[in-house]
Amino acid sequence: MTTPSLAIDGTPIRRSLTLGERIDLPLRVTLAAAGLVVLLVGLLLAFIAWNGLQLFAGSGVPLGQVLSVTWQPDPSLPGVSYGLLPFVAGTLAVMALAAIISTPLSVGLALFMAEVAPRWARSITQPAMEVFVGIPSVVYGWLGLTILVPFLRANLSGLGFSVGFSWFAGALVLSMMILPTITSVALDAFRTVPAELRSASLALGTTRWQTIRHVLVPASLAGVVTGVVLGMMRAAGEALAVQMVIGNTPVIPTSLTRPMTTLTSEITLDMGNTVAGEPWNQALWTMGLVLLLISFTFVVIVRRLSPRASVMR
Amino acid sequence: MTTTFPRRAVGAAAAALLAVAACSGGTTSAPGGSAAATTGAIGCVAGSITASGSTALQPLVDAAGKAYQQACSGATIVVQGGGSGTGLTQVLQGAVQIGDSDVTAGSKLATPDVNSLVDHIVARQGWIMVTNTDVTGVVNLTTQQATDIWTGKTTNWKDVGGPDMPIVLILRPSSSGTRATFRQIVLGGQAEANTGTTLTEDSNGAVTTSVQQTPGATSVIGFAYYVPNKSGLNGLQLDGVDATVDNMTNATYKLQAFGHMYSKGDATGLTQAFLDYMLSPEVQTTLIPSLYYAPAGSQ
Repeated sequence: MTTPSLAIDGTPIRRSLTLGERIDLPLRVTLAAAGLVVLLVGLLLAFIAWNGLQLFAGSGVPLGQVLSVTWQPDPSLPGVSYGLLPFVAGTLAVMALAAIISTPLSVGLALFMAEVAPRWARSITQPAMEVFVGIPSVVYGWLGLTILVPFLRANLSGLGFSVGFSWFAGALVLSMMILPTITSVALDAFRTVPAELRSASLALGTTRWQTIRHVLVPASLAGVVTGVVLGMMRAAGEALAVQMVIGNTPVIPTSLTRPMTTLTSEITLDMGNTVAGEPWNQALWTMGLVLLLISFTFVVIVRRLSPRASVMR
Repeated sequence: MTTTFPRRAVGAAAAALLAVAACSGGTTSAPGGSAAATTGAIGCVAGSITASGSTALQPLVDAAGKAYQQACSGATIVVQGGGSGTGLTQVLQGAVQIGDSDVTAGSKLATPDVNSLVDHIVARQGWIMVTNTDVTGVVNLTTQQATDIWTGKTTNWKDVGGPDMPIVLILRPSSSGTRATFRQIVLGGQAEANTGTTLTEDSNGAVTTSVQQTPGATSVIGFAYYVPNKSGLNGLQLDGVDATVDNMTNATYKLQAFGHMYSKGDATGLTQAFLDYMLSPEVQTTLIPSLYYAPAGSQ
């Protein structure tokens, strides 16, 4: 495809490629980087899958038991059972509630930043969002533990928050953590709607609100939903902040006001005290595998929603 | 040995000095002076070893490691936490030279693995039942009362002489050495209750914070962690016996267990020298009580 350089008389200039050009170093470096990442991801998946399946293959625990609600992994007590359902249900429950709380806030904020805000307001909200992203999760957890949990217990014990540690507390902390993720992806989606669509809509005499509702939101819906799914992915994987406020009780979550637990929380609690190769430890790997499968499901959903959207943005 | 490698010796000495500086900045009770004074009694071996595992035992091993390094400039002893299971796994794999554990290797590992480890009992560690300070009027629980509370038969403090207030249990994770020890010694092997308001927290620090904050809360924490946090907690007697170092030493206080340091096969070199140091009078009679542990004593 390249046009050969021409001398003044029109004949192509022939020169031999330099060594650097023949080796094409930039191509090789980038190819090596890409190859390494793919290799790492592949090895990671294989490693987690292999360890996660040892509970079944190595220790012969039946799948039906793993799908049960009874978690009693201690071999020194009777009735050992590796039921992972409380953890899976807990992870999904806290994640779903966080998305329900966070989505209206985030989409509203993104709409404000993209359509409504005057320049000076945008110059405040943009850096504020960036600071939000940079707050470490332990800080969210600490605030949750020292402010939110005592607040719920002291003021809302009438509603059932007798200890404060609860599904609701975990979801509220998570909803703050995923707010920047959903907002920034939704903001991108709103900004990439072509200006012609807005102009055409306004030219037809619609109000700004009608334009947002009937043109902008439908046109960017896939992007907004992508943001929500990415936020839920982050929520599923978050361990520390959630662990600090949910109480970590291995039961199926039935009440917003009661303690519960999640996959990540149980893995971090038991990791250091179990011995590699024992069924208990293998069950923790199986939890890791389940978490990975939950993430995979979301990646697939995101890719289906917007074939050209990258998960990495 | 080290004189043939002057550069390395200087480096190790600098590292030891740094460790001592960090130590003297952090804890005032570390017996740095006595360690220097009795240098002759310590069997110094140069080298570098790592001990990992039990967080309950970590403050003791850490302080002893620093004192040893201060006395022996060629030695580097790295002390890590991670939990008893991690310590046993790592010493078995050869990743570390010493695995610290609250419980015997036999209760965590399969038999062939247990046989390759050598147990060194270095101390006794105590635990104490604590409650939130609003649980007034309760100073003692009998083993039977404690069992009823922890297995869910007693759910209100008024049944054991306290205020009319629901009991909130704060458990350790089911894999925890503290939980296993408490279950074995106090609960007679019965499983803890798992009611709708039972919480689980994974470290002495997190448990202390939760007990201090939550009305009606009770839990069990390491005695070494209890003493510095005493003012915000209500510490309980067990069967009328106070949790003190003396009562642990003479074994009248029963909520205590041996602290184990495992080596893979027989210990050699610096590992052996350090384990010997752990059992020396200096550690057993000076360092151990100052950190609220009890001497290993007769086993």
